[in-house]
Amino acid sequence: MHIMEGYLPPMWCAIWFIISAIVVIYGIMQIKKATAENDDALPLLALSGAFMFILSSLKMPSVSGSCSHPCGNGLGTVFFGPAVTAVLSVIVLLFQAILLAHGGLTTLGANIFSMGIVGPVCGYVVWVALRKMNLSAPISIFFTAFVADLMTYVATSVELALAFPGANMGSTFVAFLGIFALTQIPLAIAEGLLTMVIYNYIQDARPDILVKLGVISEQEAGAN
Amino acid sequence: MDWKNIGILIIVAILIVAPLIIFNGHGEDDGYFGGSDDQGGQYIEQNNPNYKVWAAPLWEPPSGEIESLLFCLQAAIGAIIIGFIFGYWYGGKKAKKQQ
Repeated sequence: MHIMEGYLPPMWCAIWFIISAIVVIYGIMQIKKATAENDDALPLLALSGAFMFILSSLKMPSVSGSCSHPCGNGLGTVFFGPAVTAVLSVIVLLFQAILLAHGGLTTLGANIFSMGIVGPVCGYVVWVALRKMNLSAPISIFFTAFVADLMTYVATSVELALAFPGANMGSTFVAFLGIFALTQIPLAIAEGLLTMVIYNYIQDARPDILVKLGVISEQEAGAN
Repeated sequence: MDWKNIGILIIVAILIVAPLIIFNGHGEDDGYFGGSDDQGGQYIEQNNPNYKVWAAPLWEPPSGEIESLLFCLQAAIGAIIIGFIFGYWYGGKKAKKQQ
């Protein structure tokens, strides 16, 4: 989902930078609040960031015959919300832009917007909706991670279609979707499943933190 | 619960291995298993021949070997943090039980 260095016109780089910067600053404020109120939140935050670090380094083959990588942005979203996940995505994207030439510094804003904002926001909506329907936390987190991953790639396609509309913006968008989102579907399923596994372990180890953060209710924690 | 997690991981493994079986015999040279990021870049170049790429990465890994080294490092950093935190949590739980 990385837009490569230099592959976005300066105007669009600036637009995505501004939007992303606002969300990231808000996310930093939320991190300060969450960790000040609750000491136990810090390891969970580190774990969410580390999970993103691992998943975005795994380039997996897909049934479309090309390779892509999952994002890991669903886990942090469920625990801390989309804005905090945007902050975590900055760390991952900077590492990859500087050391691996994946993504870039000029396109950083656009990449934060897709991986750290659109994906997590869509995932969060799914999470809230499924939890309202009384679906269990592990099942809900599967769908959250699936949607957050897939929408990240849809957002990348939107960003590129806006910047390079060609003759027909709609057909360009579909072409980018074909490149990014189609490849991503099986990987998003894999990401959903992996997120579910790590969530299961977290709920097993420290259900009390999840109750404090309002992720699960006390009955659910007790049932474990 | 452990068995459930192992079952899920087996499904993940099948998802990863399936494309390798489906496209067995194909490789990078005939257009398989490349990165979707690069495909996106190629599409832009083909359809917007007038667009000039206006920035280049500050530094690029000099070879595929170095690149895989750095990707491993990225995964290792994440894995160390996750392992440390779970160890810390489970260790704390055990100590509490013993008291």
